[in-house]
Amino acid sequence: MSFQTAWFLLIAVLWIGYFILEGFDFGVGMLIPFVSRNEADRRAVLTTLGPVWDGNEVWVLVAGGATFAAFPEWYATLFSGFYLPLFLILVGLIVRGVAFEYRSKYGKAQWRQRWDIAILISSAIPALLWGVAFANIVRGVPLEKSSTGSIEYVGGFFNLLNPYALLGGVVTLTVFLTHGAHFLALKTAGEIRDRAHALAIKIGLVAAVAAVIFLVWSNLMLPERNAKFATLSILTALLWVAGMFANFKVREGYAFIFSSLAIATFVSGLFVALYPRVMPSSLGSQFDLTITNASSTDYTLKVMTIVAVVMTPLVLVYQGWTYWVFRKRVSASQIQHPERGILDTLSQ
Amino acid sequence: MSSLDLARWQFAITTVYHFLFVPITIGMAFLVAGLQSAWYRTAKLKYLRATKFFGRLFLINFAIGVVTGIVQEFQFGMNWSSYSRFVGDIFGAPLAMEGLLAFFLESTFLGLWIFGWDRLPKKLHLASIWVAATGTLLSAYFILAANSWMQHPVGYTMNLEKGRAELTDIVAVLTQKTTLVTFFHTIPSAAFSGAAFVAGVSAWLIIKKKDIEMARPTMKLGLITMVISFIFIGVSGDLTSRVMTEQQPMKMAAAEALYNTTDSAPFSLLTIGSLDGSRSVFQIDIPSALSFLSTGNFKGVVEGVNDLQKSYEEKYGPGNYKPNIPLAYWSFRLMMGFGFIGVFFALLALYQMRKGGTPHGKWFGPAMISLPFLPLAAISFGWIFTETARQPWAVFGLIKTADGVSPVVSAGAVLFTMIVFTLLYGVLAFIEVGLILKTIQIGPRQEIEHEVSTVGGADDRPLVMSY
Repeated sequence: MSFQTAWFLLIAVLWIGYFILEGFDFGVGMLIPFVSRNEADRRAVLTTLGPVWDGNEVWVLVAGGATFAAFPEWYATLFSGFYLPLFLILVGLIVRGVAFEYRSKYGKAQWRQRWDIAILISSAIPALLWGVAFANIVRGVPLEKSSTGSIEYVGGFFNLLNPYALLGGVVTLTVFLTHGAHFLALKTAGEIRDRAHALAIKIGLVAAVAAVIFLVWSNLMLPERNAKFATLSILTALLWVAGMFANFKVREGYAFIFSSLAIATFVSGLFVALYPRVMPSSLGSQFDLTITNASSTDYTLKVMTIVAVVMTPLVLVYQGWTYWVFRKRVSASQIQHPERGILDTLSQ
Repeated sequence: MSSLDLARWQFAITTVYHFLFVPITIGMAFLVAGLQSAWYRTAKLKYLRATKFFGRLFLINFAIGVVTGIVQEFQFGMNWSSYSRFVGDIFGAPLAMEGLLAFFLESTFLGLWIFGWDRLPKKLHLASIWVAATGTLLSAYFILAANSWMQHPVGYTMNLEKGRAELTDIVAVLTQKTTLVTFFHTIPSAAFSGAAFVAGVSAWLIIKKKDIEMARPTMKLGLITMVISFIFIGVSGDLTSRVMTEQQPMKMAAAEALYNTTDSAPFSLLTIGSLDGSRSVFQIDIPSALSFLSTGNFKGVVEGVNDLQKSYEEKYGPGNYKPNIPLAYWSFRLMMGFGFIGVFFALLALYQMRKGGTPHGKWFGPAMISLPFLPLAAISFGWIFTETARQPWAVFGLIKTADGVSPVVSAGAVLFTMIVFTLLYGVLAFIEVGLILKTIQIGPRQEIEHEVSTVGGADDRPLVMSY
């Protein structure tokens, strides 16, 4: 296997990790108003994310950094080309992080309501736009060789809002919502858990329909038949159904594992459909960015491979351990004086 | 304004803003870890109160550092795609390493620390803040290695066919002199900032007579850390100047607005000059000091801007190789000036605190309130100097900033994102300062040791920490 292929795989792994992990916390962020009836509920839900959201988000930073290091042309073309969607995602991530940390500092209803709206919107925007972005990458966007020889995006912003890409956005949005509901059902107790169960079934169905249409469309859209992608698509659908079934049977751990695996096979499928391209051009395959023409030198890839091979398992171990430390369910009754702000409580 | 100017402004705004939070985070991570260690070893509750109180302030600050850091990871691709293509083979590596080695460590172990008071055994909980603090150091190291490569590219070869620089020696990039001196200049500066914050806040508590039992030792801790780190800043600053003179003589010449090559060059403390900085009207000089700073020899020859311009034209072709000289001149002095004022206040307060005394005098209140801001000003001017006085280069000698901008992003798009980021950052600053002031106003509270439970399963015990 060439270093380029290895790095293509590793970047796929980073995105899979990111979508599984931040996927559920996008979902949870959007579900707060729908699974909570009062302040204690809302804070219990937020507390399930508290220790882990930041670590989850690092996956996207590393995916970005790794793309920069391994495939600079991909990094440059993608982020300058998908400028406004990426900007909106960044704004979403900024607002979300601060909202999680600051929301419960004060007890004032207006302060909290504003942050709650911020969490809802700033979770929904990236959840939707990551899907739009990836669907566009798979579909192919107008890329052309510039006078300096670099391959640049030449479509506008609205070019990215085609029906296929928007459907991709709906898929990630609803998949993350369901995945988040599975996480909440696993991590909370009492009524929040029950509501999460019920919501997971309803949204899971919508996600299933959207995902199936999207996957069929994707398979038909590819220039040539791709048996691996087709297999992964079918596997995604099966795992999704298994997740919904486990949720229905109140086997929360399994439901969460299955929706995680479904996300993994879904993202793998998109990367398989791309390989060996990283950004196909809709203006002709001579303008495709591939793992060869977008990559760094073998030396850089070798150095980075050593770092990645040593560090990634270590990261998985200690992040996994965090989930073990905070494995207890959180219930609303454990939040003392939920209506008081953290800072207000201190001054009592 | 062109998209180039706007992209430069955007980079300046987002990066300077991000770096207001970073040094405090690095410095305070270690101070909070130290305070918690003191509690762990002595079991004195004043140290637990200090850990929790400064821990709360640390986290409010950390949140903004984290979220504004996300922009840093992606804006090279967004606004500087040509730069990214040119340097990616080299520059991307330390960035990816920073993510893999540092960001995961910081974020994961900080999460464990924040929520782990009643979930982790005491020793492991203490270890988690130390690990997170170590993560901040690693992060600083890798990003400074990347920046140092822009100041002084090493370990690369030029691939003319692909029009990019390619890595040949990662060890050279990670261990070059520039990286090392910059690291040993930046880290003590971060300690200085974190310590000034702790000292300033503690002083305020003493003035308001709140928990003096805690505030006195934390104030001393802050002040002493400031003085010690200032010594390191001075030594490494001196080394940095010499490395800079050797590698980027134009930057040093700009720092002194030295137009013509001179031996025994003086260092001016103050110049009142014409607006463009091309000649001075009034000047206070320290004789031979610039020669000493740059070369380690009072009689050393320091090259001037005009001579350098000439030799650069010969080397790199026609063009303007002068940075903005008044900006370089003043940012260099303001960096040092704010640092000196900070350490002066620290020494004065320490002097008055000797033998159990309490600082007094009219100077004390205003000085202590200004204390947390002085290092931030110094550091910001330091970076403004380092980055602007490298211009017109993005990577010294290899690629000009003007050639690094994204060709496909319109000026309107850059303007739009710049306005939104600036407004958003402004609002966040407003909220952050409000929360910090409120936290200080509430002050430390009584603390008890938490009961730790590491078992799983359902639990009805109230949570020590919840969002």
